[in-house]
Amino acid sequence: MKHDTRNTAVAGVIGTALLLALGALLPKWLLFLTTMSAANGIVSLGIVLMMRGGVVSFGQGLVFAGGGYAVALFANRLGVTDALLLTLAGGAVAALMALPFAPLLARYRGIFFSMLTLALSMVLYGVLVKTDALGGSDGFNMSRPTLFGMRIADAWSGYVLYAIAVAIAGALAILARIYFESTRGLVSLAIRENELRVAYLGASTTRVMTANFVIAAFMGGAGGALAIMALGHIEPNFSYWTTSGEFVFVSILAGHYSVLAVFVASFLLELVRSFSSAYFPNTWQMALGIFLLIVIRFLPRGIGSLWLDWRKHRGAGA
Amino acid sequence: MSAILCARELSKHFGAVVAADQVSIDIAAGEHVSLIGSNGAGKTTFVNLITGYLKPDHGEILLEGRDITALGPTQITQLGVARSFQIPQLCAEMSVLDNMIVAAACGDGALSFWKRAHTQATQQRAHALLERFGLNAHAARRVAELPGGVRKLLDIAMAMTHRPKILLLDEPTSGVSTEEKFPMMDTVTAALGSEAVTVLFVEHDMDIVTRYATRVVAFYSGRILADGTPARVLADDEVKRYVTGTAH
Repeated sequence: MKHDTRNTAVAGVIGTALLLALGALLPKWLLFLTTMSAANGIVSLGIVLMMRGGVVSFGQGLVFAGGGYAVALFANRLGVTDALLLTLAGGAVAALMALPFAPLLARYRGIFFSMLTLALSMVLYGVLVKTDALGGSDGFNMSRPTLFGMRIADAWSGYVLYAIAVAIAGALAILARIYFESTRGLVSLAIRENELRVAYLGASTTRVMTANFVIAAFMGGAGGALAIMALGHIEPNFSYWTTSGEFVFVSILAGHYSVLAVFVASFLLELVRSFSSAYFPNTWQMALGIFLLIVIRFLPRGIGSLWLDWRKHRGAGA
Repeated sequence: MSAILCARELSKHFGAVVAADQVSIDIAAGEHVSLIGSNGAGKTTFVNLITGYLKPDHGEILLEGRDITALGPTQITQLGVARSFQIPQLCAEMSVLDNMIVAAACGDGALSFWKRAHTQATQQRAHALLERFGLNAHAARRVAELPGGVRKLLDIAMAMTHRPKILLLDEPTSGVSTEEKFPMMDTVTAALGSEAVTVLFVEHDMDIVTRYATRVVAFYSGRILADGTPARVLADDEVKRYVTGTAH
């Protein structure tokens, strides 16, 4: 927690570079799985950011779908195809979508916050299903993105999208770590613990929670943008409550201590989902549930607590 | 001496219960005022009205001439009114040092998205204040593990982080053993030391009141029963009858 910011950034850049190099060796199925892990992990990282302030959004599908649909429309209708630009646009649109609701939601805590976010995402789901111009319940396809004005060759598309997802996830992970260690990040944790005390120390808890919600929305939109570029298709299910539930699943699995743990948890979810659906096609959700129960039983603070405890243990031994 | 805090005809009702009834009081800068009264007399309600936790049904509150009646706790704290609580309000899972750094960050204006919370400067500042309150030995300890008296001191130390103009202490010695009460109040008084801070403290122990207050305000049924020097107020017949219970 008290590492130097520069060390955090250097570790993040080295980790990202290693993953980019590793990508050249991965089989296609694992490349796609990791791309989706990175995209979904960014969304869950936003939830973790809110969890550090003591609230859990059950409606992150709202911004995931918002970013995804915006990117697909930009590509298909406006001809904007650059993958990096689209990712930024997805995040920006999602943040703009969240902005009007953020000050209201920032006043709620606990189950009220969770249910309000869930309600918003389901309203969007209902609108998307009924909007024929957006493909209704079937959704629509998106053309393949470009990178710096260049068309991505078929043979390289998997790796390029993987590289973009990993690079953006790496950059956002570094920024999230810097935020967690900032004064605002520490005050977020304090709000989780004792909001009354924070208010009586002169900080506006509503402003902190508003900012957290908008940042998480940006991450949700960016994740949605990366996901649709990898999938090539978007549908209202992006906003359905089960999709939001998976992001919460990853956040609980990861815990709120570690940024890296979020991506590890996201990767684990994709692995379990992938293998479970192959070997137990009708009961893979049950496999996921059992997996979560085991983690909650043995690692109640999430898998991020593993290396937090290890670091503390090492510090105590030194 | 000019008044730093003025309450004008403050009234607050909770249904049929009158928690504050036309309470008017002027507090001069530098005073150490003790608020006494039996349970339900309106002391904590008065503190909660001053700090914005409750809004009065009627009346106004002026801080250095500025009307703060409609402001919330955060804004009032930013204007220089800090408080501690009867039950210390701390971040129990954080360390003592982290609590102090949170306190420092909250009062430093706009919170930064990238400026690190834990720097050498913030830690030195936190340690310096902890030292004044005799809490440095506990700096690395988790708050949940601390004894009650230490938590009380930490609660006050956090409130003092930004050198408030007015410090309100809600029963600073409640839950503290008899032997620890005086040393604790001595520590607080020494820590306030040269700070030109006006202190209002709610207290039930008349020995503490006599020793540490320069002025006493006695409450009964939401009204001010008596106001003056400790000797005069504690000798008042009505105060003896309704507050201290020493009337014969």
